[in-house]
Amino acid sequence: MSSSVVPSIKKDFIYKLISEGKRIDGRAFDEYRSIKIETGLIRKAEGSAKVKIGNTQVLVGIKMDVGEPYPDSPDMGVLTTSAELIPLASPDFEAGPPGREAIELARVVDRGIRESEIIQLDKLCIEPGEKVWIMFIDIHVLDQDGNLFDASLLASLAALYTSTVPAERFELGENFKLPLSKDPPISCTSVKLNNAIVIDPVLDEEEIADARLTVATDKKGDIRAMQKGLSGSFTIEEVKKIIKASIINGKKLREVLNKSIRG
Amino acid sequence: MEEQPKIAIPSMVVGDAKRFRPGRGTFEKGGKIYSTRLGLINKQANFINIVPLSGVYDPIPGDTIIGIIEDISPTNWLVNINAPYPAVLHVNEVPWHVELGETSKYLKYADAILAKILLVDETKKIILTMKERGLHKLNGGQIIEIQPIKVPRVIGKKGTMISMIKKYTGCRIIVGQNGRIWIDGNTDGVEKATRAIRKIEAEAHTKGLTIRIEKLLKNRR
Amino acid sequence: MGMKKPEDVILFKNNKRIDGRKPDELRPIKIEAGVLYRADGSAYVEWGGNKILAAVYGPREALPKHIQDPRKAIVNARYNMAAFSVEDRKRPGPDRRSIEISKVISEALERVILTEQFPRASIDVNIEVLDADAGTRCAGLTAAGVALADAGIPMRDIPVACAAGKVEGKVILDLCKEEDNYGDADMPVAIAPLTDEILLLQMDGHLTYEEFEKALDLAIKGCHIVSELQKKALLKKYERVLEVE
Repeated sequence: MSSSVVPSIKKDFIYKLISEGKRIDGRAFDEYRSIKIETGLIRKAEGSAKVKIGNTQVLVGIKMDVGEPYPDSPDMGVLTTSAELIPLASPDFEAGPPGREAIELARVVDRGIRESEIIQLDKLCIEPGEKVWIMFIDIHVLDQDGNLFDASLLASLAALYTSTVPAERFELGENFKLPLSKDPPISCTSVKLNNAIVIDPVLDEEEIADARLTVATDKKGDIRAMQKGLSGSFTIEEVKKIIKASIINGKKLREVLNKSIRG
Repeated sequence: MEEQPKIAIPSMVVGDAKRFRPGRGTFEKGGKIYSTRLGLINKQANFINIVPLSGVYDPIPGDTIIGIIEDISPTNWLVNINAPYPAVLHVNEVPWHVELGETSKYLKYADAILAKILLVDETKKIILTMKERGLHKLNGGQIIEIQPIKVPRVIGKKGTMISMIKKYTGCRIIVGQNGRIWIDGNTDGVEKATRAIRKIEAEAHTKGLTIRIEKLLKNRR
Repeated sequence: MGMKKPEDVILFKNNKRIDGRKPDELRPIKIEAGVLYRADGSAYVEWGGNKILAAVYGPREALPKHIQDPRKAIVNARYNMAAFSVEDRKRPGPDRRSIEISKVISEALERVILTEQFPRASIDVNIEVLDADAGTRCAGLTAAGVALADAGIPMRDIPVACAAGKVEGKVILDLCKEEDNYGDADMPVAIAPLTDEILLLQMDGHLTYEEFEKALDLAIKGCHIVSELQKKALLKKYERVLEVE
């Protein structure tokens, strides 16, 4: 399958299906594709997880190092999130430094994790002002078939919840489980197509969508992060509708995540 | 009943050069014939050919294909034909009289056309034509893509497979040699035809496929 | 090569290597063909602790136009290590080592691919190391060979690679991490198994001529064993295609 211009016939057909209440792969508007989460695959990483949503695959690895804290938070660990849209994952991804899409992906996932304060960064201080744990979340997209945001956040969370701080390697005592709070933010991404809202867009839908909204919510149903993408617009009603649907679907996805990290 | 075809991979010995000649997808060395492709071993007359199981579309003059307009210039259109290179459709090769600079009036970016490969030169430059009968711009319907090497199976012997799909779904279907297929009908019919074609693509080289496809088509769902 | 060995690391004991292998034994290897949805061809290789993914796109138009070769396709292999694939996190992006490896792998693959069938095109091979455990370029090239066949790229042969080396005076096959770090020589070799043509050859360390001959012989034997695994992986995937439901 190679990259090519999307024929207008295809776009018109997807629109026609939408007007009849159908989607190109037969799902309901508020239905996710099948989700598979695997953890602990990368031995060299402190934690890792691979998430498959339909055919989309994202692998996240967690690495840790010891370094200096930020001057304005001398007793907190440091968190950095990066994403790579490697050329392996799509005929449209080019080799080179992260472009705007990769950077947006990394920053949105980072905000979701940082703002929900699930990583207890205060417990990652070694010597205040001098030495703290530096955490790297590296998102490696392996197969692009739509909805990289949800796949990346889920994989990042699954990797974090199965991570071990490698204190022994740095002669700082025994290894310990990464200190995390139990309320991970779950993101749900929806797109607007022909004035309808569908959740978990597959690539065919993402390519022709007008606008996209990702909403991360916590266990209580409170909003932790949001990001609108693409150059179309939403009405106020549509935004509210999407947020409500994200809260409901977020609960389902949270169950899938919990099952994978308990195992 | 045909016997189960054997799979060949690159560098596998597929025949004896004393009894056979090297056909498509093979080379001869030291009295033996080797495969260069992942595919099925096929013996025709005294040639051994490899029918590829994967790979890009190889444009051949005379092929009818479905192309998508990728770029427009004052005197021609660049057409994506699902091959390693874009093809060129010149204003002289269309059924309309096109004034200079008016190319986008007739075919716009992302339009789909039914065209024929006119010629392919040594540097693999591909020239298309729409001047023959039956070639036209495609409107409405849906376009799906399958692996080009599966096209013969979708069409079937003397067109029997594709006729069966058309009959049971009530759809108009045009199969391009380049793996692009245009399907037009009501959404249920298009959806069923798509499923049938995808199943053929996945099981192209198995026995009893025609019966299984007929079962899928007859099913009310 | 050339790191100072800590006292407690014993590379050889009772003719057994640090991981229990015999001198001419390969690490466990697993190969799977066709593992990705978007790529035209793909393969996944586990070799010792290595986990490597390879994907092929093409042949497709080589762009920008000025890099096109009117006589044949350009083979563009890109070897990359994921940030989390090594013990000390690697900054994303190509470093000089990755660029060199990409070059020698591209050259090896070009020799077996029938590039004249696709003038002005490029065949893009992406090799991604997800978990590294010494011998990544050999495992990567091996994965690339399978991915190319999976993509339907015409080849005279399926390229395969394996390394041999020397540790405490003994010539051994398929170095593991400690042997790579503290050993005396490391020599990755890629061949076209039908003819034993050498497609890739690098060496780092110190070998006498006799030791080199032994190491080359061992590496080529290793390549042939791995070649059988590549072929099995391809046949396994495609034999499923022929199975009736």
